[in-house]
Amino acid sequence: MADSSTVPEHHPALRFFRQSASTVVSLIITFLGLLAVTFVIARIVPTDPVMAILGERATAEQIATERTKLGLDDPMWMQFGIYVNDVFHGDLGTSIRTREPVLKEVGHYFPATLELSTLGILIGIVIGVPAGVLSATKPGSLLDQAVRLIGLMGYSMPVFWLGLMGLLLFYGHLGWVGGPGRLDSTYDMMLDFKVPAVTHMILIDTALAGEWDMFRNAIFHIILPASILGYLSMAYISRMTRSFMLNELGQEYITTARVKGMPERRVVWVHAMRNVAVPLITVIALSYASLLEGAVLTETIFAWPGLGRYITDALMINDMPAVLGGTVVVGAVYIGINMVSDFLYRLADPRAR
Amino acid sequence: MSSLTAWLMDPNPKSRLQSRAAQTWLSWLRFRRNPLAMIGLMISLALIFMSVFAPVLAPHDPIAQSLADRLQPPLTPGHWMGTDDFGRDIWSRILFGSRITLYIVLLVILTAPVVGLVIGTVAGYFGGWVDAVLMRITDIFLAFPKLILALALVAVLGPGMVNAVLAIALTSWPPYARVARAETLTVRNSDYIAATRLQGASSARLIWGHVMPMCLPSVIIRVTLDMAGVILTAAGLGFLGLGVQPPLPEWGLMISAGRKFLFEQWWVATMPGLAIFIVSLGFNLLGDGLRDVLDPRSAK
Repeated sequence: MADSSTVPEHHPALRFFRQSASTVVSLIITFLGLLAVTFVIARIVPTDPVMAILGERATAEQIATERTKLGLDDPMWMQFGIYVNDVFHGDLGTSIRTREPVLKEVGHYFPATLELSTLGILIGIVIGVPAGVLSATKPGSLLDQAVRLIGLMGYSMPVFWLGLMGLLLFYGHLGWVGGPGRLDSTYDMMLDFKVPAVTHMILIDTALAGEWDMFRNAIFHIILPASILGYLSMAYISRMTRSFMLNELGQEYITTARVKGMPERRVVWVHAMRNVAVPLITVIALSYASLLEGAVLTETIFAWPGLGRYITDALMINDMPAVLGGTVVVGAVYIGINMVSDFLYRLADPRAR
Repeated sequence: MSSLTAWLMDPNPKSRLQSRAAQTWLSWLRFRRNPLAMIGLMISLALIFMSVFAPVLAPHDPIAQSLADRLQPPLTPGHWMGTDDFGRDIWSRILFGSRITLYIVLLVILTAPVVGLVIGTVAGYFGGWVDAVLMRITDIFLAFPKLILALALVAVLGPGMVNAVLAIALTSWPPYARVARAETLTVRNSDYIAATRLQGASSARLIWGHVMPMCLPSVIIRVTLDMAGVILTAAGLGFLGLGVQPPLPEWGLMISAGRKFLFEQWWVATMPGLAIFIVSLGFNLLGDGLRDVLDPRSAK
């Protein structure tokens, strides 16, 4: 639109850059909006933050100094400005329970969530994409119906109940997997001595330390919660893959490829799949982001020391700085994933540039 | 009956009512051919039946404790689903719990879609900066992970059924706003809108009487598909102790109570979960079927 630029208006690289810049701007606005919402939530808390710090027996004088210290006497817009400034400098407040900076604690808990949901999304992709493709190649078949029904069941189950039932069956009755927690208790006690916490992700840390017994035990524990999250994302991924693939298979270039005598397998998995992969990026990103959320309830069931459990534990004792700090982090990651998928989409699809 | 069918199938309807009834009848015939959708409808009707007749159907009081009967396994005479740790009949509690579930779902679907509809139609109709501001706000709420936002809200407002409903409604209006805006954009430049405007209709009247009705079908489909999600979120909040409070027989709360003896008395946590699963599966099947019938774009 700007005609003053020396580079030609329609230069693809410039257009790509301009669109990316507008994505970043809208990302910042969205993030400020997120902070505004958590700020408002924090202001309507019925418990007085001053009382929470000083306790019931504080004198009026102490309360007044504390109020000034916390900036509660400043005008609202100034308080919001200070809040935003703090967040951008990595200060998410101090947990009431542990008296530790929230950001530091989140740094310890978040990798566990990331590990769990990454494994979950991998399981979801590995099963969901082929299932969606196969049901699109034979719409209306028994397989198609089965995939659809299994998907619908995934949409309809409360994730915490599915987790409990999984524990009951695979841990309680069959003994195929480990119970709640990231390791058996015997390994758990040795964890701090034997395995340096490099990434705070149990599979990577134990592998780095060369503790293969522990690594196997960790897999034994992570496999059930990860499969449950994987099932949830599989439901969505297979459904979307099916509809994208059905759409592609109706295109003329597919007919051309078939008429040329190309093997059907190559038509589906190479020609059509290339075009299905592009919108699928967005779908996978969306379901990855929603797994972070599904992890909240899953983590409480499996005693998984992740961000979800951090937030729910903090909720139980009304530790609002921890709750809101955790919320900001989850929201930021959520927005970040959406932005990354936006970039990838534009990189992969020349039409979108 | 045959004369009614003849009236419905009349190729030359004599009144507006008759043609409308005939359209509905045709949609129903299409809907009826989809067995999964019919199952969904049956489940939804069964839920309504259960909640209306809970006092008649329930063999026991859902709240009164009877410690002598605690943790009886399923198929015990008088307690075919077993009893919980306070000796309360689980079947009776599930029956009464269906009222809470239905109540929460109704409250949410009577508020969130209305808010979304108003915001979406206003944004789409006026366009310009109104649209930009409203849609930016919508995007911000969409960018939030729903459950986390609901958790934070309930944490602040305090646990309880009304606050849970409020939190769920506050997190579920943005998709409706998007749907309504998209529909509004397609109709706002139609001739009939221009004609009504020339007759002197105000913007409020145009939006209320002429734009909103056009958005209703898409919004209704979305509502049916969302009902399962509302049930799951409400159950999740109940499970975390942030929704409906004991001793009320909310299904998510019942699962969390059964968690303590999952391995010894499996039925306490299993039965209410089955209830949630069946009901949300029913709503999902119904929504899927309705979409196939009402939404011409999804027809294959």
